[in-house]
Amino acid sequence: MADQPKYNPLTASTFFDDGRSARPLVVGTVPRGSLAEDNLNVPKDADTFPVPVTRELLARGRERFNIYCSVCHGLLGDGNGMVPRRGFRQPPSYHIDRLREAPVGHFYDVITNSFGAMPDYAAQVPPRDRWAIIAYIRALQFSQHAPLAELPAEDRARLGAGGPR
Amino acid sequence: MAQIFHPSTNTISRVSLFSVLFLIALLLWLLAEFQRSSYITEANVEREQPVQFSHKHHVADDGIDCRYCHTSVETSAFAGIPPTKTCMNCHSQIFRDSPYLEPVRESFRTGKPVEWTRVHQLADFVYFDHSIHVNKGVGCATCHGRVDEMPLIRQVASLQMEWCLDCHREPELYLRPHDQVFDMAWQPPSDQLEQGSRLAKLYKIRSVEELTSCSTCHR
Ligand code: HEC
Ligand code: HEC
Ligand code: HEC
Ligand code: HEC
Ligand code: HEC
Ligand code: HEC
Repeated sequence: MADQPKYNPLTASTFFDDGRSARPLVVGTVPRGSLAEDNLNVPKDADTFPVPVTRELLARGRERFNIYCSVCHGLLGDGNGMVPRRGFRQPPSYHIDRLREAPVGHFYDVITNSFGAMPDYAAQVPPRDRWAIIAYIRALQFSQHAPLAELPAEDRARLGAGGPR
Repeated sequence: MAQIFHPSTNTISRVSLFSVLFLIALLLWLLAEFQRSSYITEANVEREQPVQFSHKHHVADDGIDCRYCHTSVETSAFAGIPPTKTCMNCHSQIFRDSPYLEPVRESFRTGKPVEWTRVHQLADFVYFDHSIHVNKGVGCATCHGRVDEMPLIRQVASLQMEWCLDCHREPELYLRPHDQVFDMAWQPPSDQLEQGSRLAKLYKIRSVEELTSCSTCHR
C-alpha cells in the first residue's frame, strides 16, 4: 500500500525507452485547452493588448515579473539583476527609447521565443501571465518616464520642494 | 510456622510491583519516541545528489524565488522539479565550465533527465496537495524549514500523520498573509492566534472535523 504500482510524478519508468514516465509532447500536437488561448499569441508587430489591462492584471504581472525576470533585469527593469552581476550578459535597461517605443508584440515574442542571449520563458510562464508581465513592464517604463504634467498636484509639489522622492 | 519473609520485604514487593508497571510504561514511551525519531522518519538526512545543487546559494545568495524552479507549486499537487532547461537558463553562461555542472550539461546535450534523489516521500496511500496549502497561507518554511540555509536539502518535519494532524486541528497557529508564503524569514507576530483566526475566516478554511476526517487524506 505504501508503494503502489502506479507512477508518481516524474518517477522513472522501465516501460519507455528513455526511462521517463512523464511523456514529452508529440511534435506537432496542440495541448488540450491551449486553442482557447490562441488569441493571446500575437504577431511581433502587434501593438494592442489582447486582454483587458486591469489593476489585477498589473498586480499579477508585478508578482510574475519579480519571480521570473527580476533575477536578470532587476526589480526596476534597469538590467541590474543578481545574475548579470555573477557574469551573465547584461540585459539592456527597459528605460531606453528603443524599448519604450517597441510594440507589445515584441515583448511577447522575446518571452516566448527567446532573444539573443536571453533564454525563452515559454515553459515557465503561461500566455496570460506573459501579458500580465508586459503590462507591468509598461507600468515600469512609465514610472521612470512620466511627464511632469501628468503627476498629481501633490507629487508635483513634493518634487518642486526637492523632498524625498 | 515461622515466617519465611521478614516484614520489611513487603515494601520491596510493593516497590517491585510498581517498578514493573513503570518499566512497561517506560518501554512503551521509548517505543513511541523511537517511532517518531529521525531514525524512522529519515528527517534531517541529507541525500547524495547527482549535482551538488545548493538552495543556500540559489535562494539566499542570488534571491531566486521558489516558483522560478518549482513552477507548479501554486497550481497542482506536485511542486515540480525543474527540467534541465531551467538550469541552463543561467548556466549556459555562468559557471559554464564548472565540473560540478557537467551532469547538467550532459543532460542538456543528450536529452536524458538528471536523476535527482527524492528527499520527501509520503506513502502512496496518503493524498497530499501543495496548491491548497500554498494558496491558503501555509508557508513553504512551515513544512520544509529554512530551505535558504540548506546547502543540501533535508527533510525537517517527520511527515507522519501526527504532524499533519497537529496543524489540521489548529491551522490558525500557522497561517500567514498571502504575500508572505514564499518568504523564508517570516516569523509569526506576537498576536498570531488572532491574526491566524482572521486569516482562517478570510481564506474560508473548513472545520476541524472536515480537515481531520480520514477521507481528507486517505482517499
Ligand atoms: C537569465 C537572465 C534573464 C532573464 C531571467 C530574463 N532575461 Fe530578458 N534579457 C536577458 C538578456 C541577457 C537580454 C539581452 C539579450 C541580447 O541582447 O542578446 C535580455 C533582453 C530582454 C529584452 C529586450 C529585447 C530587445 O529588444 O533588446 C526584453 C523585452 C526582455 N529581455 C524581457 C524579459 C522578460 C519579460 C523576462 C521575464 C519573463 C526576462 N526578460 C527574463 C536576460 C534575461
Ligand atoms: C534554481 C532552482 C531552484 C530554486 C530557486 C528552488 N529550488 Fe527547490 N529544488 C531544486 C532542485 C533542482 C531540487 C532537486 C534536488 C534536491 O533535492 O536538492 C529541489 C528540491 C527541493 C525540495 C526537496 C524535494 C524532494 O526531493 O523531496 C524542496 C522541499 C525544495 N526544493 C523547496 C524549495 C523552496 C522552499 C524554495 C524557495 C525558497 C526552492 N526550493 C527554490 C531547484 C530549486
Ligand atoms: C536564475 C539563474 C540560475 C538558475 C536558473 C540556476 N542557477 Fe545554479 N547558479 C546560479 C548562480 C548565480 C550561481 C553562483 C552561486 C553563488 O556563488 O552565489 C550558481 C551556482 C551553481 C552551482 C555551483 C557551481 C560551482 O562551480 O560552484 C551549481 C552546481 C548549480 N548552480 C547548479 C544548478 C542547477 C542544477 C540548476 C537547475 C536546477 C541551477 N543551478 C539553476 C544561477 C542559477
Ligand atoms: C503543508 C506542508 C507543506 C507546504 C506548505 C509545502 N510543502 Fe512541499 N512537500 C510537502 C510534503 C508532505 C511533500 C512530500 C509529497 C509527497 O511525497 O507526495 C513535499 C514535497 C515537495 C517537493 C518535492 C516534489 C513533490 O511535490 O513531491 C518540492 C519541490 C516541494 N515540496 C517544494 C515546496 C515549495 C516550493 C513550497 C512553498 C511554495 C512547499 N513545498 C510548501 C509539504 C509541504
Ligand atoms: C502547517 C499546517 C498544515 C500542515 C502541516 C498540513 N496541512 Fe493540510 N491543510 C492545511 C490547510 C490550512 C488546509 C486548507 C483547508 C481548507 O481549505 O479548508 C489543508 C488542506 C489539506 C487537504 C485538503 C485538500 C483538498 O483539496 O480538499 C489535504 C488532503 C491535506 N491538507 C493533506 C495534508 C497532509 C497529507 C499533510 C501532512 C503530510 C498536511 N496536509 C499537512 C494545513 C496544513
Ligand atoms: C491530515 C491528513 C491525514 C488525516 C486526516 C488522516 N491521516 Fe492517516 N496518515 C496520514 C499520513 C501522512 C500517514 C503516513 C504516515 C507515515 O508514513 O508514517 C498516515 C498513515 C495512516 C495509517 C498507516 C499507519 C502506518 O504506519 O502504516 C493508517 C492506518 C491511518 N493513517 C489511518 C487513518 C485514520 C483511521 C484516519 C481518520 C481517523 C486518518 N488516518 C486520518 C495522514 C492523515
